[in-house]
Formats: sequence, C-alpha cells, structure tokens
Amino acid sequence: MNRVVICLALIACGCSANPDRPVVVGSKKFTESVVLGEMGAALVRSVGADVRRDDLGGTPACWLALTQGDLDVYPEYTGTIARQILKADPVDLNAALAVHCIKCTKSLGFRNNYAIGMRKDVAAEKGIRTISDLLKHPNLKCGFIHEFLDRPDGWPGLKQRYGLSQTNVVGMNHTLAYRALVDKAIDVMELYTTDGEIAQFDLAVLEDDRGFFPAYEAVWLYRADLEERRPDAVAALKSLEGKMTEAEMQRLNNRVQTEKANESAVAAEFLQAKLGLNATATTDTLTRRLLETTWEHLLLVVPSLFAAIAISIPLGILAARRPRLGQGVFLVTGVLQTVPSLALLLFMIPVMKWLTGSGTGTAPAAAALFLYSLLPIVRNTAAGLTGIAPSLQESATALGLSRWAVLTKIDLPLAAPTILAGIRTAAIINVGSATLGGFIGAGGYGRPILRGLDKFDTALMLEGAIPAAVMALTVEFAFTLVERRYRRQV
Amino acid sequence: MFELTNVRKDYGGKPILGPLNVCLRRGETTVLLGPSGCGKSTLLRLCLGLILPDGGKLAVAGSQPADLHAWMELRRRIGTVVQDGGLFPHMSARRNVGLLAEHLDWDEVRIDRRVRDLADLVRLPPEALSRFPDQLSGGQKQRVALMRALMLEPEALLLDEPLGALDPIVRSELQTDLRRIIRELKTTVVLVSHDLGEAVYFADRILLLKDGAILQDGTAADLFERPADPFVAKFVQAQRPPYASVGSA
Repeated sequence: MNRVVICLALIACGCSANPDRPVVVGSKKFTESVVLGEMGAALVRSVGADVRRDDLGGTPACWLALTQGDLDVYPEYTGTIARQILKADPVDLNAALAVHCIKCTKSLGFRNNYAIGMRKDVAAEKGIRTISDLLKHPNLKCGFIHEFLDRPDGWPGLKQRYGLSQTNVVGMNHTLAYRALVDKAIDVMELYTTDGEIAQFDLAVLEDDRGFFPAYEAVWLYRADLEERRPDAVAALKSLEGKMTEAEMQRLNNRVQTEKANESAVAAEFLQAKLGLNATATTDTLTRRLLETTWEHLLLVVPSLFAAIAISIPLGILAARRPRLGQGVFLVTGVLQTVPSLALLLFMIPVMKWLTGSGTGTAPAAAALFLYSLLPIVRNTAAGLTGIAPSLQESATALGLSRWAVLTKIDLPLAAPTILAGIRTAAIINVGSATLGGFIGAGGYGRPILRGLDKFDTALMLEGAIPAAVMALTVEFAFTLVERRYRRQV
Repeated sequence: MFELTNVRKDYGGKPILGPLNVCLRRGETTVLLGPSGCGKSTLLRLCLGLILPDGGKLAVAGSQPADLHAWMELRRRIGTVVQDGGLFPHMSARRNVGLLAEHLDWDEVRIDRRVRDLADLVRLPPEALSRFPDQLSGGQKQRVALMRALMLEPEALLLDEPLGALDPIVRSELQTDLRRIIRELKTTVVLVSHDLGEAVYFADRILLLKDGAILQDGTAADLFERPADPFVAKFVQAQRPPYASVGSA
C-alpha cells in the first residue's frame, strides 16, 4: 500500500527527485551517442558526483526514461528534439522543453545531420548529385534504420517533400547498411554527417537541395531538477559546449568503429586533450566483463523464471479444472507471447516505473521475460493435468483423499514430466530473449551483442553470443539431468 | 448400509438410472448383474458420491452425506476397487496400499505391519510390494488394489468388475481367494459383474439390472427358477456352461 502511495506521489510530481541518488547518464545504442555518454559520465565524475551509465535503445526509450527520472542526462540532437520529440518546430527549444521539466544546453559545437548517401561510382553512373535526382530512379534499393523509417524528420517527411516514389525500401541496422551499400546490395542509405564511414568508404553525400533536413546540433538534454541537485555536474557538462568540431567527432567515431577502440578510452583521451581533464577510462578485462554480463543475465533470467513458475502452475491448474476460464487464461498468455519483444520492453518502462519506481534496467526487462515465460508453463501444466486418466482421479477420490491431497500426491506428480518440459522451454526462451534487455539498459549478454552489432565488431558480438549459447545449453543439460533423476525416482 | 429411495440419475436430460428403491444390507454380498450399459457402475458411483443423484434420497451407513467433506469421510470407511484397479503408476505397490493411512498420519511401523498382514491375506509375494504397478502382473495388480481397499478395515467393500480383464486361470484363483477373504472378514460387499457364474459364486443376493431398472432382486436360485421377466430368462440362458456347446456340436 505504502509503495503504491509513494509511486502515485512520484508520478504526481514528476519534477521532483531524490538528491542522494547517483547522476544517471544515458545514451542511445550507437557509437557517437555512447562516446558522448562516456564523456558526460567522466565530466560528472570529475566534480565528485556518483555516476551511473545507462545505455537505452532509441529516442523514445531515452525520452521516456528522462522524463520519468530514470535518466538525468543524455546527448541528443536539436533536430530530433524538435521534430521527433516535440513534434513541432519551436523557436525556443528550452521554452518548449520546460513544460516537461527538461532543459538542453547550447550546442557542443558540431552537427550530426541526416544526409542521404550513395557509392560514388553508382551515383556518378546514374548522374545523381542531389536528392531531387533520385526522382528519376524510382527503382533504387534503399536501406534505412527502422527509426528513420518512422520518424517525421526521416523517410516519410523526405518522401513527401521531394515526391520520391522508391518502394524498394528495407529497414536494417545502420552498420549493416554500410556493408550492404559497399557490397551494392542496396543503392541508397541515410547517413549521419559525423559517421566515420563516410570518409572510410569515400561515399557521395547527396545535396539536400530542397532543404528538408533540419540542423542536428549535438546538445546535452537533462532534467531541470539536476540543476538543483548537482549544479556542479551541470556546469561540468556545459564545459563541453562549443568544444567539439564535426571533424573531431568523426575522428572519435572512426577510432571506435574502425580501430575498435574502447568508447570510454576514446572519450577520456578527448577530454584530456581538450579540457585537460584527467579522466580514467573504465576498461575491464574480458573475464571481468564476462562475469558482469553473466551475473546481469542471470538476474534477468532466474527471478523472472521463478516468478513465472509460481504464477503459471496455479493458472495451469485453474485452466485444467475450469476449462472455460482456461480458454481465457490461454488467450491472455497467448496474446502476450505474440507482442513483439521490443514493444513489450518499451511498454514495461512506464508499468515498472509505476510498480517498482525504476523504469529502466533489470526490472522492466525481467517483467517482460516473466510475461513471455507464462504461456509454455501454463499450457504444459494444464496439458499434463488433463492428460491423467480419469479412472486414476476417480480412484484417488474414491479412496477418500482430500482434493488437496489428490492434487499434490496424485495429479501434480503425474503431470510433473510435462510441467517440467514446459519450464524447460520457458527457461531456454528466457535465456535467448534476455539478450534484448540490452535495449533498455538491463545489461546481460545483450549489451556486448548490441554494441558489437553497432560497431560491426564480431569479437564483441561473440562475447555476448557465445556465453548466451553456453547458458542455454547448460539449462538444457541441467533439465535433462533433473528429468532423468525424476524418472528414476518414480 | 446403502439405502436408496426413488434415486434417479439423468444424463443429457434423459434418465439413465432409476428411480430405484433398494436397500443394500450390512453383512450381505450383493452382486449388481447385467449387460454393459445397464447402469450397474453408475449405481456403484452413486453409492460413493462420485456422482450425485438427480432425484431421490440416498443414505449411507444411516446418514445422508450433506457435502463434499461428509462424502470424503464416508469414502474412508468404504473400500473401493475400480474397474482396472486404478493403481497410481508413480508409486510402489506398498505406497499405493499405504497412501491413505499415510495421509491420515499413521506411523510407519503401524502402516508396515498392516501392509504385511494384508499381503498375507491376499497372498501377494512380499517382494512385489516394492514394485511399481507396471512391473506387476495383472493378477498382482488386482491383489494390490484389493489390499488398498482393505487398508483401513472398511465397513463395506465396493468392487467394480475387479476381475474383468484377467485370463481364466488367474481369474479363477482370484475368485477363490476373494470369496475366502469376504467370508473371513464378514464385511458388506457390493460387487459389479456381467458374468452370471461369478455372480452365483459370490452372491447372497443378486440385483439384475437392465436399462437403468432393477428387473429382478433375489437369490441365484430365484433367478434360475423364477425369472421375473423374459429378459432375465434370456440372460440366464445366454450364459451357458462350457460343456453345453460341446454336447450340441
């Protein structure tokens, strides 16, 4: 009850926050954002504040987490703030943000604009120099990231402004799109003007001849209450204003993308050179990183699985005893199973914020995994119970056992192998799905996988993928042992 | 022991049994005889409260059980063997027999002694006690099922075709043993059978059922000498002794 009251109070005054908690510096899941996030963390740390880093998926997740108070600050771009977040073109960004108790700093000095890019040889061959020139080539294959496909300042707006008619458009990961472009699997992709790859692959940047793309000045977007809590931290963040050029940012991105340097180290180097800040990079050994991601992964998988077992078995019993209610139970758990995992994760942010006070990290990811685990266990429990010969149940009742004793001594032990198989399925699905927790800062094996995907760093991807596979196999093996042992006992 | 007054059971809106007026007396062995689907198993289920009547009154051991709890208490005073024995496949023979006693918090020693006595009574080899049902022969399974029914020294035994699916030699052995046990214990027995020979062998009293009604209520001799109905006569004649066919061939 108390918790509910506290949660309601927190929601009612979304602008207030606890002054003692660490400053949470967020970032999105692409190299530049992560490097800037690392810089932000180092800057805040330099004034003696406690810092936590939180890597979230895309703009919606970051904005939600920021307004809810799960993040205090993250790097954003003015164009994104205007077009995607506020869905308006306000004259004064800060005035428009004040409604949400959010502020933004002045530009960090560089822009990371959207642009449309092609291979130079393909563009030259087709005589394409400007975006308008694309009109003459409706059959070009385009590869954009999913966010660009949805954003009003992305493909939908661009298409409308120029009257483009390309239909061969696929959504893909940004780093993979570069590979696809270089390999001529696609012809056109969206670029960010600070991407290191533009220089690396010597790409043609098409001129925005109708001036569609707004300016995307890099800024810090932060909670207004941070100014009261840690004015020194805000000042430290602002010390970066006007300090970075587009060329510098491109170079930093390149260091991470092509030279596979650690983001934290790249950020520390820059701060040292530019501000004379003695920031130490947080680099860990492989073993330490593995231990950490394994622990985080287990924190996602184990509690959610046990909670699912505790809820699903009674639900399965209910479904077996009251078939009509059971239909409803199957329907609800079945529908939950069909919700795309990323959508469910995003949906869980406000729900878990309300329930536990923390909208990002382990809680919402574990809650989503819990919901995904319900169906296999509920179904198998019900199937196991309804599969018991009616004569056995009659025989147990005729013996004079109580209903509870019939359930615990006869029905559940007889259904146990089927129930166990359901738990096994849920556990293995859980280990795999938990990698998606990386999208909302839950850590686990998903973190290196997502970072590796973004940097096209196979070694980093495998750092998450191999342990995830090993964990799945271990679960499989452990359940085989339990099942064999159980079979021997009965 | 079981007193039925105007008891009726419907299925899907149609009456499948009764109305019946009959009293199954203490100390008597009553055989419910009749072809498949005549309602004899339904009658047995009604006596245990496994299904409830759609009309009429049913008293067991002098009282009318009012709720599930009362039925549960009553069932503990009645031993039951269902059609295929109904042994729990995940428990050893010994646990099957001792399950209810264990549930009622009997101590181990007492359970053990009682199980051994019962194994003697039904002539089950002691080593079979540690086996699981799928490791027992058909005859052994029925012996274990009988032990389980007798575990709490019941006031009545309800046996639903306990010897149905056994081969003739085992069946005959078990019939002999079962009759000896019934005589020794002097308990009330209700036995369901479709076999006239078996009925005659066990019964103090036979109720012959057809289509949910009692056609004849009497001794074996009554059935042969004074059939109450043409169907009774036909039923008796249909179960001719083996030598009859040899003679006529």
